[in-house]
Amino acid sequence: MSDRLKVNVCGVDFKNPVIPASGTYGYGREYECLYPLSMLGGISVKGTTLNPRQGNPAPRVAETPSGMLNSVGLQNGGAKKFLEYELPNLLTKDTRIIANIAGATAEECAEIAAMLDDSAVDMIELNISCPNVKQGGAAFGTSCEAAEAVTAAVRKSLRRKPLMVKLSPNVTSITDIAKAVEAAGADALSLINTLLGMRIDIKTRRPILKNNVGGLSGPAVLPVAVRMVWQVHNAVSIPIMGMGGISTWEDAVEMMLAGASAVQVGAAVFADPYAPIKIIEGMEKYCADNGIDNISQIVGCVEPW
Amino acid sequence: MYKQGKYIVLSKRAAAKGIFDMLIDCPEIAALAQPGQFVQAAADGYFLRRPISICDIDKQRGTIRLVFEVRGKGTQKLSEINAGQPIDIIAPLGKGFTFEEGKRAVCVGGGIGTPPMLSIAKLCGKNARVISGFRNASAVILQEDFAAAGCETLLCTDDGSAGLHGFVTQPLEEMLKTDKPDIIYACGPMPMLKGTALLAQQYGVYCEVSLEQRMACGVGACLVCACKTVKNGEQILSHVCKDGPVFNSGEVDFS
Repeated sequence: MSDRLKVNVCGVDFKNPVIPASGTYGYGREYECLYPLSMLGGISVKGTTLNPRQGNPAPRVAETPSGMLNSVGLQNGGAKKFLEYELPNLLTKDTRIIANIAGATAEECAEIAAMLDDSAVDMIELNISCPNVKQGGAAFGTSCEAAEAVTAAVRKSLRRKPLMVKLSPNVTSITDIAKAVEAAGADALSLINTLLGMRIDIKTRRPILKNNVGGLSGPAVLPVAVRMVWQVHNAVSIPIMGMGGISTWEDAVEMMLAGASAVQVGAAVFADPYAPIKIIEGMEKYCADNGIDNISQIVGCVEPW
Repeated sequence: MYKQGKYIVLSKRAAAKGIFDMLIDCPEIAALAQPGQFVQAAADGYFLRRPISICDIDKQRGTIRLVFEVRGKGTQKLSEINAGQPIDIIAPLGKGFTFEEGKRAVCVGGGIGTPPMLSIAKLCGKNARVISGFRNASAVILQEDFAAAGCETLLCTDDGSAGLHGFVTQPLEEMLKTDKPDIIYACGPMPMLKGTALLAQQYGVYCEVSLEQRMACGVGACLVCACKTVKNGEQILSHVCKDGPVFNSGEVDFS
């Protein structure tokens, strides 16, 4: 690979802008047998909470037209296990590590952030948008005041690591939330998390998900994500990692034209575990074919009518 | 270790109404596959892959065999793939059955839970007795294959139209009373697995059950296929795709 795909997001260098999204890629262990993780720009690891969480009861997944709903509910082993067991392994993989964190309260988020500040992760991604948990999660991400308060609390507890805040699309105005989070000291934004959805089994008249509702992801959400990234890019001056429905290199280029400095790839990995690699190869060729020296040159370059 | 790719379907036939029997040429997968593991098959036009248990593995010929039921539109699409056409699969996945040379086994299969019994029954050969249960005579599958593997077979149907009239747990209890095996392998509907696990516990026989759950990644990354298990007295949510699909029945919470 050439340097064409090298990007920098709030001071962190990535060898390419393609990063598997939190919750879809575990800690990378499950995909290593197919390709070296060093091929990836980075990995946004499974959402980590202060204490271990069991998550929601099954079924936790339902298929939708061109996508899926999930209601996992942040099942994870907790911050201590991440630091002691997962992170040392990840650090041997020669890729950037984004620690995704979530908490029930602003204090809890700040506490996890403080634990990670002294670790070797490259970046913190604060999840204020999980639709599948009762406390925290999207409750933080759907009001400007709550989003600002939790961002400020986490910002205060971080001395070293850049802070990226992951936004919910389930809001009236994502630009208002983005501006509030920027004002509270976020170094970057990632968007979009999943869209709240529901499916019903018409025979049993029961929701397919045991949690009744869940987060929609997959190709179906791409246009919503592109629109929101474009709007937010026009409203803030901090960089954006764009995600939501990206499954091909064309989708990734579209997202960067809308204003994303890098992209995260989520549900596409379930359909094709090689999706991130194919996207990287496709973007490399796109740059070569179009005389683009560096992919960053296209960020936000959509020319609106 | 697993592979993902497009592999050629060598043959496809209907094994019973709505049940398809497919042979796939995939040497690299056949070389890795163990009884009880599964594949994630892509259905054209549908976002999520469909988990299907591996029925048979021929390491010499480099083939695996899938026997699956059409349950919805995705499996319908899979059933339309004909001989000579490719099928996109990720395999082999999950933790299969434990096999120990010389141990005497009873394999219990219910309905579409019967196919994964074939590869383990073949390994056991004459040491395996196979009890299979179906709704009725027209749903019966794989009995000749079990017999050809040297296994003793016992057939049950819910309506008595073939074999014994009743559930598989009745002959299983008879066997446990009169000629206890060293191990029980089971796959089928939850009530059948629950009944089998209970009998295994009563008679003190080690038992492994293969579970089913809606999946997305199939490899242990997305965590959607949760199932209730108990380990060291503690309730934990395990994942069917990676911790299973085969579990020690004593560790499954059937409540």
